[in-house]
Amino acid sequence: MLECTPQTITERSAGKINPAKTCQPIGAMYAALGIHKCLPHSHGSQGCCSYHRMHLTRHFRDPIMATTSSFTEGACVFGGGANLKTAIKNVFAIYDPDVMAIHTTCLTETIGDDIPSIISSAEIPAGKLVIHTNTPSYVGSHITGFANMTKGMVNYLAESDGKPKKEQVNLLPGFVNPGDMLEIKRLVKAMGIKFIMFPDTSGVVDSPMTGEYVMYPSGGAKVEDIRDSGNSKLTLALGSFASTDPAHQLERKCKVPALTLKTPIGIKATDELLMALRQSFVQEIPAELATERGQLVDVMTDTHFHFHGKKVAIFGDPDVVIALTEFVLSLGMVPIHVLTGTPGNAFEKKVNAMLLEAGVSARVKAEGDLFELHQWLKHEPVDLLIGNTYGKYIARAEDIPLVRIGFPVLDRSVHSYLPVVGYKGAMRIIEMISNALLDRADRDAKDEDFELVM
Amino acid sequence: MVNEQAIAARTASIKTKGQQKQQVACDTDSVAGAVSQRACVYSGARVVLNPITDAVHLVHGPIGCASYTWDIRGSLSSGSELYRNSFSTDLQEEDVIFGGEKKLVSSIDELVSKYQPELVFVYSTCIVGVIGDDLQAVCKAAEKKHNIRIIPVQSSGFAGNKSAGYRAACDALLKIMPNEGPVEQKGNTVNYLGDFNLAGEIWIIKDYLKRIGIEVNATFTGDSSYRTLQRAPQAALNIMQCAGSMAYLAQRMEDIYAIPYLRVSFLGLTDTAASLRSIAASFSDPMLAHRTEALIATETATINRQLEAYRTKFKGKKAAIFVGGGFKAISLIKQFRELNIEVVMIGTQTGKQEDYAVMQELVNDGTVILDDANPAELEKFMVEKGANILVGGVKERPLAYKLGVAFIDHNHDRKHPLSGFVGAVNFAQEVYSTLCSPVWHYV
Repeated sequence: MLECTPQTITERSAGKINPAKTCQPIGAMYAALGIHKCLPHSHGSQGCCSYHRMHLTRHFRDPIMATTSSFTEGACVFGGGANLKTAIKNVFAIYDPDVMAIHTTCLTETIGDDIPSIISSAEIPAGKLVIHTNTPSYVGSHITGFANMTKGMVNYLAESDGKPKKEQVNLLPGFVNPGDMLEIKRLVKAMGIKFIMFPDTSGVVDSPMTGEYVMYPSGGAKVEDIRDSGNSKLTLALGSFASTDPAHQLERKCKVPALTLKTPIGIKATDELLMALRQSFVQEIPAELATERGQLVDVMTDTHFHFHGKKVAIFGDPDVVIALTEFVLSLGMVPIHVLTGTPGNAFEKKVNAMLLEAGVSARVKAEGDLFELHQWLKHEPVDLLIGNTYGKYIARAEDIPLVRIGFPVLDRSVHSYLPVVGYKGAMRIIEMISNALLDRADRDAKDEDFELVM
Repeated sequence: MVNEQAIAARTASIKTKGQQKQQVACDTDSVAGAVSQRACVYSGARVVLNPITDAVHLVHGPIGCASYTWDIRGSLSSGSELYRNSFSTDLQEEDVIFGGEKKLVSSIDELVSKYQPELVFVYSTCIVGVIGDDLQAVCKAAEKKHNIRIIPVQSSGFAGNKSAGYRAACDALLKIMPNEGPVEQKGNTVNYLGDFNLAGEIWIIKDYLKRIGIEVNATFTGDSSYRTLQRAPQAALNIMQCAGSMAYLAQRMEDIYAIPYLRVSFLGLTDTAASLRSIAASFSDPMLAHRTEALIATETATINRQLEAYRTKFKGKKAAIFVGGGFKAISLIKQFRELNIEVVMIGTQTGKQEDYAVMQELVNDGTVILDDANPAELEKFMVEKGANILVGGVKERPLAYKLGVAFIDHNHDRKHPLSGFVGAVNFAQEVYSTLCSPVWHYV
């Protein structure tokens, strides 16, 4: 399929070929699923909602429920107010969620629907909540949409009771899998620290099979907890692209200090998370986590010779790619191509700073696409590609092993249940990378070089 | 869990055979606030046109519409793979304010110089209509500049449902063919409309027709190319499988080129055999009918033996069907009957009145028939009717699994060809592998 990608890199002025991002609303939909008994609502044409549900369904392999304003030509001309009001009525009458989380689309942003005033004039049953966020698809990416919906939660739900802050931490996990959210919670629990995580899609899009279909599974952040996040003494925003904005909003609204950390992928970023918690809550790192860390270091030393000097290309969502870049550097690998589709100079700045420190020179780009990444790889090949499923075309065309980390993963399963964050997650990444590299070495070995022990 | 009163609002679109007199209401707009399984105009146009292998499919809009449709169709190509790439103008805020035409022009220029296509489709998305970009004018100017076909597809998402998109796609297809007829038509040739070559299904049907003595001239749109579509008016007959997407094109081709059309379906033994016979009967050559009978006899003999084993295993099992269009739903009722499985629930996203009338004829009393169902309804009726297996698309799969119900993808995610005689066996095999899997013992 990619045989026609030309090697010569020419400046492109318009458009994307094989994108490395998608649009805001899907991120908002995913974030909204991280509230308990919440039904995301897409204010736009039917197709948006259908595509987002389909894409999320393929990644998580779980039912993804969301409603749509089902726009027609008329709604487009006269505004979507009537559709949204009908939708609000129907959503509570038919699906009875506790919260309806509305996000906009490029269409409703362009025609200028004023969502807050529509909500305020709609009939909302007593005890039910409607929240919203603006997610113009022509700004940012799905990560921006995730951040915006998380910010919407802060805007509508978080409150400070004015009393001294509680000994609890807010955790904004960013756009990661439920398995990652679960692992972050396990780490903080092991520290003995009370926490509030939102959004929290664990227990929602990884719900167990019981033979019964439950529209609102048991997981998700509880509204009362999100409300109470205004009383916490600290917010940890994990991943600057997905979490900093809502954390700052909470700081402004409820005076909860915000600290941005990397998505805790790899040993260094996980250390930083635990150190930040220790510092703020004067807790010792429990023995079980110290052991986990020790085991991870043990694995790193056991395997480092497989990794040293190996060239890597990493692409995907900015927070995950930044953390992964740091981790592969700590393994002795050389990330020579690092790309995200999401716009934002901070990405290039952060990655370049890490590379500079490690003395590695690389191509780094935000707002890139996979056509460009492929061209880079034609110029300077790598030993390993790390990214989402869309990397498989390049991996095949250039015969490079691919390790699937990120969103979306459409062609493999189980990924959403198991973490890549924390010490355990780091160990899992090492297993994935070394399996990929060593399987390749076995495949390519001549008979006389084929070895039992590696 | 589902409010019964709310379902009452949709009673016109749901009926149980033998209980109500009225027809199922369909072809209507979805209720705002519903978890509809339906999609938009763009999605309809894109699924129909995307299988055209050597075209650049450029989506004019923000990135999402191109991202979500990147190589998800599952249609195979015997030639170019260009259609499997994703091209978008990736409109940004400033484009929305100042207009996206300039960016569209540069995108077309760059893609044409990179890939040298003979055909470019430019899809409009929701906001293109709203911000007032003149797609028609841009495409016309670009056609002149590059001396290739650059065809605008009027597929703004809000301007109707998926069916409106099918029509927009057909309009685009008509632009590829010479705009005057009739054209001199060749003897025993057909165009095959409404097959998208998922898992290579077109190749199976092409082979059957070849064995009968009929040449397939052009296919719409699975495994097609600019050149094959261009010569479509030369066929003597159009055979049409997915009528939902292609009926309009077939009608227009009859009007313009005087090519008659015939509805066919290659799903299941009954429909495959019947379709081959009616195709053969459309030509005056008596040898065709002769060879058709021979082919049906050979193929059914092998296949019936293989199917017999499954029929015993499936006895007493019940199926629910929720698919995109009418023809598939109708064929599936028959196909399940061939396998000893009773259909207890059936519905479509975009079926037409006449489709529902046929379904109504075919199913047993007590079968629930519903249009544009939402997941809550699917769940309710699958449980109520005791369905053991659901046939559907991407979004229905996990729903079925959560209920402990087996599942078959009869949509883009199918991995084995389900067409023709061999497809009937594949279908039975797929039904068996999901229905009789040991995993259900652990639920």
